[in-house]
Formats: sequence, C-alpha cells, structure tokens
Amino acid sequence: MSPIIARLTGGVPRRALILLGLFVLFMLIAPALVGDYLLTVLILVLYFAYIGQAWNIMMGFAGQLSLGHALYVGLGAYTAAALYVHFGIGPWLGLLVAVPVAVLAGAVIGFLAFRFRVAGVYFAILTIAVAEFARVGFDHLSWTSGSSGLFLPVAQYTHNDLWHLRGHPAMFYYVMLAATILVFIGSRLILKSRLGYYCLAIREDEQAARASGINTFRYKMYAVMISAGMTSFAGVFYAFYYNNLFPEQVFSIGRSIEIILAPLVGGVGTLIGPVFGAFVLQGLAEGLHALLDTFGVDIPGIKHVFFGVVLLVVVIALPEGIWPWIARRLGLAERN
Amino acid sequence: MGALLEVNGVSKRFRGLVAVDNVSFAVPQGTIFAVIGPNGAGKTTMFNMIAGEFAPNGGTISFAGERIDGLASDAVCRRGVGRTFQIVKPFMGLTVEENVIVGALLHRRHVGTARTKAHDVLRRLDLYDKREQRASALTLPDRKRLEVARALATDPKLLLLDEVMAGLRPTETDRIVAILKELNGETGLTILLIEHVMRAVMALASRILVLHHGAAIAQGSPGEVVRDRAVIDSYLGAEAIA
Amino acid sequence: MPLDIYLNVAAGGILAGLVYGLMALGLSVIFGMVRVVNFAHGEMMAIAMYLALLAFGLFGVDPLLMIVPCAAVLFGFGYVLQGALINRFITRPEHSQFLLMVAIAIIITNIQLIAFGPDARSVQTPYAFDSYQLGRLIVDADKLYGAIAALIVAAALFAFFRFTRTGTAIRACADNYTGAQIVGLNVKRLYALTFGLGCACVGAAGAILMVSADVTPQFGPIATLQAFVIVIAGGLGSMVGALLGGVLIGLTAAMAGLLFTPSAKAMFVYGILVLVLLFLPQGIMGKKPS
Repeated sequence: MSPIIARLTGGVPRRALILLGLFVLFMLIAPALVGDYLLTVLILVLYFAYIGQAWNIMMGFAGQLSLGHALYVGLGAYTAAALYVHFGIGPWLGLLVAVPVAVLAGAVIGFLAFRFRVAGVYFAILTIAVAEFARVGFDHLSWTSGSSGLFLPVAQYTHNDLWHLRGHPAMFYYVMLAATILVFIGSRLILKSRLGYYCLAIREDEQAARASGINTFRYKMYAVMISAGMTSFAGVFYAFYYNNLFPEQVFSIGRSIEIILAPLVGGVGTLIGPVFGAFVLQGLAEGLHALLDTFGVDIPGIKHVFFGVVLLVVVIALPEGIWPWIARRLGLAERN
Repeated sequence: MGALLEVNGVSKRFRGLVAVDNVSFAVPQGTIFAVIGPNGAGKTTMFNMIAGEFAPNGGTISFAGERIDGLASDAVCRRGVGRTFQIVKPFMGLTVEENVIVGALLHRRHVGTARTKAHDVLRRLDLYDKREQRASALTLPDRKRLEVARALATDPKLLLLDEVMAGLRPTETDRIVAILKELNGETGLTILLIEHVMRAVMALASRILVLHHGAAIAQGSPGEVVRDRAVIDSYLGAEAIA
Repeated sequence: MPLDIYLNVAAGGILAGLVYGLMALGLSVIFGMVRVVNFAHGEMMAIAMYLALLAFGLFGVDPLLMIVPCAAVLFGFGYVLQGALINRFITRPEHSQFLLMVAIAIIITNIQLIAFGPDARSVQTPYAFDSYQLGRLIVDADKLYGAIAALIVAAALFAFFRFTRTGTAIRACADNYTGAQIVGLNVKRLYALTFGLGCACVGAAGAILMVSADVTPQFGPIATLQAFVIVIAGGLGSMVGALLGGVLIGLTAAMAGLLFTPSAKAMFVYGILVLVLLFLPQGIMGKKPS
C-alpha cells in the first residue's frame, strides 16, 4: 500500500494535499448540504470533470487533440442503453461491453491516424469527421431507434437501485463522485508510470522520444484507447441518468466541444485542471443565470456564448489554463 | 572480430542532390571515432541514416553484426545506439531528471530503478544539482549535456554525438571532453562524433573520417588525416597543423 | 431511373457545388496564405446568410444583390479579427490558434441562436421556382444564378491574386514569410488583408447560398466541416482545388442522396473526408502539408 501512496503523493506540497483532502470531504457531504437543484448542477460538474480528465489523457499526456470525443460517450451510452432496453442487462454489465466497443473505436481511429501520419489539426478534423459519421449513422440505426431516440424505462424510484442505476439523484452523485476520484487517482498513477513518462515525452517532442527508444505508435495508441475506454463510462452514466438518447444530441460536435472546455480552461495536461475548469465554468454559468434572473431576463443560449468567451479569454491570456496560474500563486504547484 | 559499426558503400540522394556518396568506414568497439568536414559535407545525413531517421538509397549499415539500415529510430535505439541532435531537443516541459528518466526507462520497467539510473548518469554529467529544473530553464551548454545524459541513460553501446561542442566556450568544451574520455575509458563506450571543434577532435578521437561533398576524402589516425593534402585544402587550412 | 433524373440531380449538384466551392475557396486562401485553420469559417458564412435574410426581410433586397455588401462586411470582420487577434498567434503552436477559432465559432453560433432562434429561415425570391430547359436538362434558376455569381466572384479573386501588386505580394508572403519581410512587405497588414479576402469569399458565398437554401444557427458548424472536406479533398492552399473540390463534393453528395437516402449524403461526405485525410492529405491539387 505505501509505495502506491508514495507514488500518488510524491512531490506534492503538503498544503495542496490538505486542501485536496478537505475538498474531497466537502464533496462527500455535499448532498446533505445543498438543495436538489444544486445537486444536479454538481452532478453535471462532476460529469464534465470526469470526461475532461479522460480527454486530458489523450491531449495533455500524449498531445493528440481530439475534437470528437462525443463519439466515445455516444458509443458507451448507446451500447449500454440498447443492452438494457433489449435484453434487460444492467449498466454495470453493459459497461463490460461498452468499454471494449469504445476502446475498439479509439484503436481504429488511432491506428488509421498514426499509421497514416495524420497529426495536429488534421487529426482533430479526423476525429470530428468520425464523430459526425457516427451521428448520422446512428440516425439510421433502427436497433437503437435511430433519430427518434432511445428511451430507457423510468419507474418511480422507491429505493436506490445501484445495480440498475435507478434512483435518487444523490445516488448518481456518489457514483459520479467515485468515478471522478478514481479517474483522478488513475491518471496520477499513469502519469508517474512508464506509460506516463513516455506519453509526456511524445507530447514534448516525438522525434526525440523515438530517438530515446520509445515506440511512439504504440504509446499513442495506449493513450487513445485508455482515454476512449474511460470516456465510455461517462456515456453509460449519461444514458442511465438522462434516460433518453438522440444521435443528434449525443454525438454532436457541440458536445465534443463542451467536453474540451473544462480541461482547456482549467489546464490541459494537469490533473486538477479539468476538475477546476468544470467547477469554474458551471459555477460561473450558474452565477450568470442567477444574475440575469434578478433582472428578470432569460436568454436561452447565453450560457454557451459565455463559455465561448471564457474559452477565448483563456486561449488568449492564459493558454496553459487557469489552474496552473493559481497554483503558482498559492504555492500549490506540484511538479506535474 | 568485426567492428561495432560497419558502414558499407552508403549513399543518400535528396531529389537529385547527392548528400552522401558511397561512404564506407568501420568503427571498432571501444574507440572514439570522429567525422569531420565542411558544412554540407553530409555528416549529419550520415548520422541520421545510422540512427534510423531515414534509410540510405544504397549500401548497408551494420551494428554488432546485424543490419540496421532501414530500421526506425526507436528500433535502432533499442539495439544500443544512442544519439544527440545537432539542434538540441530536450523535453522542454519536463525537468532534467525526468528527461533522463525517459531514457533510462528503455531498459527498466520500473520508474524507481529508472530514477536511480538517471541520478547516476546525471552525477557523471555534472547535472545532478539541477535535476529539478525544467529543461526549458537551462542554458545551452547544460541542455547539450542533458541530451547526452538522456542518450546515455538508454545504456547504449554506441553513442552518436552531433556537434555537441558547438557554441560552447573552451572551458565547457574541455569539461565535456573530459567526461567523454572518462566514459570511454571506464565503460568502453564507443563514441562516434561529428565535430567542427578541432581541439576536441584531436583530444578525443583515435580515428577520423573526413567528408567533403558527401564523399569520404580521408580516413585514418588523427596524425595522418591532419596532414592529408586533400583535407587541408578542403577544410582544415594550413594553420591546423601548426 | 431515367437518365434525365440522374442528369438533373447531377447538374444541380455541380451548381450547388460551385457555391460551396466559393466558400471553400475562402478557407483555402486563408490556410494557404495565412496558415490559419479557420474553424469559424461556416459560422462566418452563416453571418452573411443572416445578413442577406435581414436585408430581404426589411428592404426586400434580393440576396444576389447582397453579394457585395455581405462580402464587404465579412471582409471588415476578417480584417479586424486577423489584425487584432489572430496575428498574435502566428508564433503560437498551431492547435492554440485552432482553439481560438473554435472559441469564436462557439460565440458566433450561439449569438445567432439567441438573435434568430433555432428555426430554419429562408428567402423566397421571385424566381425561386423558375427553371431553365437546356436540352434534356432542367436546371433551377436560383441554382444557376448562384453558380454564375460564384464563378464571377471566384474569377475576380483569381484576377486579384494574379494581376495586382498586392495580390502578388500576398502570394510572396505565403511562399516565404521571412523573405517577404526582408523585402519590406508589411506582412501583418497583408495577412489581415488576406484573411479579410477569405472572409469576403465566405460572405459572398453566404449571400448567394441564401437564394436557394435555409439558414439555421446549426448551419455554421456543418458548413465549416463541409468546407474542410472540400479544401482537404481539393488540396489545402490550392484555389483551383477548392473549386474543383466543391464541384466534386457537390456532385457526389447529390448522387449519393439520389442513390441512397438523402440523409446518407452527410455520411458519404464525412466518409470521403476520412479517406482523404488518410490517403491523400495533400488533396487532388495541393502540396504536401508540412
């Protein structure tokens, strides 16, 4: 146990660890403190923190910009949902199928891209194209009800059914919290492992990485597949939380962009970045809504304009994200 | 016993420009071998072919008895060839220590043991005290040593150094020369270096190859090469033998 | 199916393709010369379309007459954008610049959503239902006019780059940034000018397209992707390639719509993009990307 703890916490300043601990503690008791509405907001925050972290593995670790991550969310969601609707298979078992499906999709994209040297912006466009392809494809897939939408049966919850993920929002909250904590720990462990070092090297300078004996193709594939697999869990969660799936929504490029906002704003390549970014974005959005409410103004879509502006400001002024900047000022900077 | 590295009749053309023209040489195990010549002579191209950046158009390259021409650069590194780049390419966002750990991880699965090896190498290269600094914060001479350290951490049998003394002051040059001599003497590491700084070449090399316009114009011991008419005319100038 | 239907659909596809080609031409100019991947390209076209829509709704102006005003407005927009914002990103890593345009695209799309709502809006011109008979072909008037307008604008752009001093200066910049600076060209201003021109193309294309298509805020992202497909297939940086690519994509999409289902059109187009990215990244006419 203790070498893992050492690996997890090595190099992190003490006050950062304490802060992190307090934060986790707060998150654990949050459902008892906040109202129903805020709880759903927190679930959304955790959802984006989770996905942002998963996306970060591809981008922050291996340097591959994916603008089609909604693909893996969608594949995870539809696989698990279809299995449930058609065969009554619960989400946790469905996960066992959903993850390999997503990993396979990632592997195919990665293989094609890396084998044919599609990199940088072209790679981003490739990911967009594949996600769009899936969007239109699923529109025609009758097994998942095509464009009319796949609906999961929702019964009135009298108790929390963790096995089938039916129940009170608090249950979903804790599931997502657990997942976010796990992905956080997992990312940290990866970062400190051979895989992590190699991915960082590839991100920094692929040619030098190869000259150091790294099989860059293989490690980029690992990053893509791990990222895809992790993301698909979020899809499974999405399916069972929202209970309806439409290809137009699930695979849309708007979703893919939402996914990258939190890590970009928070800090790509850092562990705290995606979590921080998710809180900042949703928090500010809620604040904006509250502000407008006091003036009796309701502008649907203002949230997304706001996100666009935040992204713009971050890209221009704080390209490495808000978290690294704050961390340095508060003396919380860990060696990433 | 065959030499560690054998280059036979290697040529490279880039769209009609002949960069390397039928060059052959052998680097015996445990020696320090220098490749010199004016700019554009084809030295780095030669290096890149040995290191696996691209394949030659003709000829063969053998390392430890096995053909390596045409192998990708990571495969070549795994066989035991480490290299530095003419324009330094450290992993800028990583610390000095992390840079070298990346190299050390080639033959060590575990980060802990890689770190130990990295520290050893860093101490040898006089970079141990700077191990927590970002590579981007280092001076050029330090970055060059970092690259050497990273390559060394891969446990190479042959180390390719591309103009590692360029831009260094004489004291720094002497420092690296001393380190390289030590490495070669203590561990028997074979070193193949491209150099312009003749002071370093004469101090280190036991054999020299001179390239000019892609062709080998002289090969031999430092004494022989430095007095070779063709070499003097094309590159060294008469002062070199003063 | 009778040959006539194939021919008509094909003709319609080619004509529509020319307009998309004009839009893609703007993207090609921007990428080829300024090396910016304009992810907000389609969104800018949507701006032009909404402008044309407003002009028609408020003043009854035919969208084709809005070609010049829309081009001018988008030119100004692009010029200012490049000068004030994008120029700073020349030295930044390429995905940084890309994300900048993504942010701008998000802002544009959602402002349009707020201002005009999500529903499709269109313009009904007096000749909307006219058609011409050319031999066995029946060609829609609006598509025909649009295609002719697109060709005229494209020709004007070609002429500018070929025959004017500024145009030549821009091409020099594209070839060799440092060399151009040494020779004394004000590169930043030329970049802004070029970006503006690319946006002007898009503005013109938007006005033209309004004649025969609907506009929704969602159209922006879709058009952006379509522009990328065309430009990548036709060759990034090649102006002729953009037009050819547009025609090709327009034709194949139309035929796919006919032979399979209409919505499979999109899948076909994305499929082509994937194939081109993998096997022919320099496109039909272009140079290999660096």
